[in-house]
Amino acid sequence: MQTIYFDNNATTRVADEVFEVMQPYFCELYGNPSSMHTFGGQVGVRVREAREQVAALLGCHPTEVIFTSCGTESDSTAILGTLAAVPHRRKVITTRVEHPAVLTVCRDLENRGYHVIELGVDKQGRLDLDELGSLLDDDTAIVTIMAANNEAGTIFPIERIAEMVTERGITFHTDAVQIVGKVPLNLSETPIHLLSLSGHKLHAPKGVGVLYVRKGTRIAPFLLGGHQESGRRAGTENVPGIVGLGKACELAARYMDDENTRVRALRDKLESAILASCPDSRINGDPENRLPNTTNISFEYIEGEAILLMLDRFGICASSGSACTSGSLEPSHVLRAMGVPFTAAHGSIRYSLSRYNTEEEVDFTIEKMPQIIERLRELSPFVGQVGV
Amino acid sequence: MWEYTDKVRDHFFNPRNVGEIENADGVGEVGSLACGDALKLMFKLDKNGRIADAKFKTFGCASAIATSSVLTELIKGKTLDEAMNVTNKDIADYLGGLPEQKMHCSVMGREALEAAIANYRGGDVKKHELEGHVVCTCFGVTDVEIERVVRENDLTTVEQVTNYCKAGGGCGGCHGEIEKIIERIQGEKVGMHAPAVPRKGKKLTNIQKMQLIQQTINEQIRPALRAHGGNIELIDIEGDKVTVAFRGMCAQCHLAEFTMKDVVETKLREFVSEDIIVEEDKDSVEEGHVHKG
Repeated sequence: MQTIYFDNNATTRVADEVFEVMQPYFCELYGNPSSMHTFGGQVGVRVREAREQVAALLGCHPTEVIFTSCGTESDSTAILGTLAAVPHRRKVITTRVEHPAVLTVCRDLENRGYHVIELGVDKQGRLDLDELGSLLDDDTAIVTIMAANNEAGTIFPIERIAEMVTERGITFHTDAVQIVGKVPLNLSETPIHLLSLSGHKLHAPKGVGVLYVRKGTRIAPFLLGGHQESGRRAGTENVPGIVGLGKACELAARYMDDENTRVRALRDKLESAILASCPDSRINGDPENRLPNTTNISFEYIEGEAILLMLDRFGICASSGSACTSGSLEPSHVLRAMGVPFTAAHGSIRYSLSRYNTEEEVDFTIEKMPQIIERLRELSPFVGQVGV
Repeated sequence: MWEYTDKVRDHFFNPRNVGEIENADGVGEVGSLACGDALKLMFKLDKNGRIADAKFKTFGCASAIATSSVLTELIKGKTLDEAMNVTNKDIADYLGGLPEQKMHCSVMGREALEAAIANYRGGDVKKHELEGHVVCTCFGVTDVEIERVVRENDLTTVEQVTNYCKAGGGCGGCHGEIEKIIERIQGEKVGMHAPAVPRKGKKLTNIQKMQLIQQTINEQIRPALRAHGGNIELIDIEGDKVTVAFRGMCAQCHLAEFTMKDVVETKLREFVSEDIIVEEDKDSVEEGHVHKG
């Protein structure tokens, strides 16, 4: 059975070109870039090139790129490293819809006596910038707000937020894991201090990430040890991963147009066909400001995990915000923060596409969806009751 | 991804006995849309008082649908007394086991059966009636229900109780109470597990006391407040006097002085020291931020 992969916000396939450039760095060019000999030194040259490739995609200077092990490490480093650098400030501002890599860190800070504020969002998942403005003060150490939401795909106006926050002398961090490679960024034109990205979300392998640190930003290192990454992140470099991420960033720039035209059109086709063929379905999120590859659709009266299993039988991979898939008993914190009723949150399905998806795959899924929804609704005790 | 047995997959993809029975003798409904799973069970008796037919409709995940399907198969041909003896464990065993976090699906099946039999015997009641007092307010689970899953499945941790009946799976504010129920029933078996929060010691140093106060607020008090849109901040500790501030919804509540302060004081006295006095820091209330939604 052919696999149809619509779960690219979870992880992506490694691009063939990326895999190819990585291969020599396992068994042939395995030297340590910190070594004094030529054998290691040549590897250091490749790491430097990868740093330049990442910087080119982000529109920043190579010295502002720190390689990490993942998006989560970048987020923890940004938040905890900033707090360590400004110990007199005790307030942290974030949003209720952040990824757990940010939210769990903030809630732990609360337990350690920090004053943490989680901004709410409206029904489309949008922030109230006036509210954010009214909360900024001299006690605020850091504001950390994601660039685009992983579940609903909602894009936040990150440049404007960065201006508001940095004007007040406050450090601004953004978890940009979902947006890098999908929407063009130019960090030289924004005042963003810190930005996290993750390799495996843009067709590089798992186990490599980046923390962008704007020149002059006060931040203490998170991992302590050797002098790697100019003393800002200890630990021997994941050379194959870093080389692969560099290539993936180069490819991302090349495919940026494709992502925003062809992939967007595929997403739109999938979305509108499903909404038309499945009654009592609706989009979650802001259709205006949304990642080009993501759609999140709720199906009333049925449960997401059951839908995923039915899709799985056809080889279609997607994800759900339902409680049963999260391993917890409550549906997605993002959908709840958006005021999506529990009933719809339990029946939500996220399809996230990539440049590797084809029109045939979209058509096949469009064909299968109505029968899956209909079948599960036949089983549901709520369908008759509510007069459907 | 959940690891479902072939039997679970079979009963999910090909559920038996889906639908409704006209003029059913017994109808039982448990769960709700908000809870994430719900089951409506119906049966009809033959002239010998045996279950001649059983049908179901279920909203929920694969294991909720599979357990419902198995339940109808298990009870067919049984008298009501025999059917009453079907436990959640029987349902799970029939399926070759369920993932631990999905055991509550089998408990829901047993509850629906009880409700349907009660409906037949008692008349109008179709909904599962709550017995005892509610321990978990997030999922509306009572002490009677928790005691039952602990006994029937020999559970020894809060996490297991959450897997079996959802209690404690929301805000977490009832974990302390669930622990006590487990301790009462299981006695020494629980001694093997370290309790979530250290119990009151004999003599605490100032540093230990401050840490225990902070830990009690973090684990016993804050989760319940958060679940209702509020929060608590520890402002200061001087001797036995603990100063706190309430945020969000709690700060807005006019009854704060009579309710929140007392709740916090009771918890701190229980977990830290009988001598604790809690005071609310009025000055910082104005800073309180009201969350939206």
